[in-house]
Amino acid sequence: MGKTLAEKVWDAHVVRRAEGEPDLLYIDLHLVHEVTSPQAFDGLRLAGRPVRRPDLTLATEDHNTPTLDIDKPIADLTSRTQIETLRRNCQEFGVRIHSLGDVEQGIVHVVGPQLGLTQPGLTVVCGDSHTSTHGAFGALAFGIGTSEVEHVLATQTLPLRPFKTMAINVEGTLKPGVTAKDIILAVIAKIGTGGGQGYVLEYRGSALAGLSMESRMTICNMSIEAGARAGMIAPDETTFAYIDGRPHAPKGKEWDAALEYWRTLYTDDDAVFDAEVTIDADELEPFVTWGTNPGQGLPLSASVPDPESFADESEKAAARRALEYMALEAGTPLRDIAVDTVFIGSCTNGRIEDLRAAAAVVKGRKKADSVRVLVVPGSAKVRLQAEQEGLDKVFTEFGAEWRHAGCSMCLGMNPDQLAPGERSASTSNRNFEGRQGKGGRTHLVSPLVAAATSVRGTLSSPADLEPVG
Amino acid sequence: MEKFIRHTGVGVPLRRSNVDTDQIIPAVYLKRVTRTGFEDGLFAAWRGDETFVLNNPAFASGSVLVAGPDFGTGSSREHAVWALKDYGFKAVLSSRFADIFRGNSGKQGLLTGQLSQDDIELIWKALENAPGTEVTVDLDQRVVTCGEIVAPMQVDDYTRWRLMEGLDDIGLTLRHTDAIDDFEAGRPSHKPRTLV
Ligand code: SF4
Repeated sequence: MGKTLAEKVWDAHVVRRAEGEPDLLYIDLHLVHEVTSPQAFDGLRLAGRPVRRPDLTLATEDHNTPTLDIDKPIADLTSRTQIETLRRNCQEFGVRIHSLGDVEQGIVHVVGPQLGLTQPGLTVVCGDSHTSTHGAFGALAFGIGTSEVEHVLATQTLPLRPFKTMAINVEGTLKPGVTAKDIILAVIAKIGTGGGQGYVLEYRGSALAGLSMESRMTICNMSIEAGARAGMIAPDETTFAYIDGRPHAPKGKEWDAALEYWRTLYTDDDAVFDAEVTIDADELEPFVTWGTNPGQGLPLSASVPDPESFADESEKAAARRALEYMALEAGTPLRDIAVDTVFIGSCTNGRIEDLRAAAAVVKGRKKADSVRVLVVPGSAKVRLQAEQEGLDKVFTEFGAEWRHAGCSMCLGMNPDQLAPGERSASTSNRNFEGRQGKGGRTHLVSPLVAAATSVRGTLSSPADLEPVG
Repeated sequence: MEKFIRHTGVGVPLRRSNVDTDQIIPAVYLKRVTRTGFEDGLFAAWRGDETFVLNNPAFASGSVLVAGPDFGTGSSREHAVWALKDYGFKAVLSSRFADIFRGNSGKQGLLTGQLSQDDIELIWKALENAPGTEVTVDLDQRVVTCGEIVAPMQVDDYTRWRLMEGLDDIGLTLRHTDAIDDFEAGRPSHKPRTLV
């Protein structure tokens, strides 16, 4: 019997396999950030252990970094302590770090691919659940906890039981205005926030072939919101072209050898998945969430659902609670929901393509007076690139705030937060209660919907806008 | 990690059931960046109450916590184990532990020994009648003794072996360093490196 993509990558990394024990899996790339690493490094220090492979480890500062006045000391004590601790740890243990102000600084999941470190067939881990992003390259990439971070630092391996595999077939052609974000929100709404538990999701099908790497990263990024351990997409010419020429891409003969290997990374025709789900790409529309988990989403043309319409009792209760928190009435058209803030950024949608898409919508327009618009590039490099293309001007002329790179309002660990009761349309990945600030209300959307919403002030798609005249 | 074979120390009777990890260490202590020094957060909400057992000088130097059933429920925070260890506890005895807490403890070298509730009650009485009484936890023989009381203790074979060998998760993996070396020797040279 053939193997799935995930099984191929897994099997190529088994250091040790013994009856009744978890496999010992080798880790090719370990990404580190300031929130989940301090105690891992401290654990090493207590036990007198070194980092086994600093040359397979890379740290960035992202979760806590301010997006304004980045040359001033960080005001919040906890944030500052975490960042200073990371810097000290990296220096002590010989780990490369990209600090605030460095041209390669940015959200860990934007930086890895951008440097060409994220490559097909690798195992990638990070103490962060959205590590699944790197699966877009055909890598097996998943989030781990702090004690596992310490384990990888010390041994470059992890004891793990194999994941199950689920195929997500996305067949057909996307309508204009429908993006990767809409695909993944529809997938999560379909299988539920627990539907992927224990699985690696492999996204496949005709609708994926035409997608850019940025779009594929958006999809894999949110696999975790369906409960999955990881998401993957088989590498193809688009993948290879993206990596080619990046700082850490293999060169010369190494490139040829890598390419030869990468071309073997696909699910065999006779491989069997533990589960399969199919999504009709032709039917998809811009998708937005109305509730307080990423599975509570609907097409933008729909209305806020009536909790009583759910068959399942726990879903009913969840919907009731969500509507109360979100201050929404059942039956309200989603398009009528007015927002206070639009956030464009995060490891889900903070890449150059996302900024280009949003800029194209807002170019030559003025934002609605009632909204504040925050544009936060996923990395310092993305910010520079955007500025070279003049996107910063497009955004500032539109009335948006052009910020420095980081996680920012995705989780509100830095000062970028929603005030209690404030409502946002956000291109990030989690709409949990209080995620973007205590009492804040989040609607997850694509960059196109975010941009159109900032023009009209209510949830909108670019198709709802008057032509620029 | 230190090997645990046998330990004798002052027993601390904690007459409470369902002690969850929030009570062991409240969330405000989780912002720290170190792995040590969590003893000040241990049972923080109760330490202000002067009748709380650890505020009795005779128990303050305790190292064997004798708790009610369902110890360690709630959030999976590893800090709960760190706080108990940092305070100086070597073993927790209870008639029932939450699974995740027990798993986390085993990994960090804190013994969680399961006793019958009847034996727990007997030990509680003995400790309360003579505060400062020592308890011996013998992992090798799987028995707890406290004065005249001799109580059988349940610890699963795997955890017992790890504790007696002093192996944390990383220590376990490092036993296979040869296999890791071999694997590394065979890794293709086109794989990326962060340092050049
Ligand atoms: S952008 Fe948001 S989801 Fe992504 S790593 Fe940062 S905090 Fe996590």
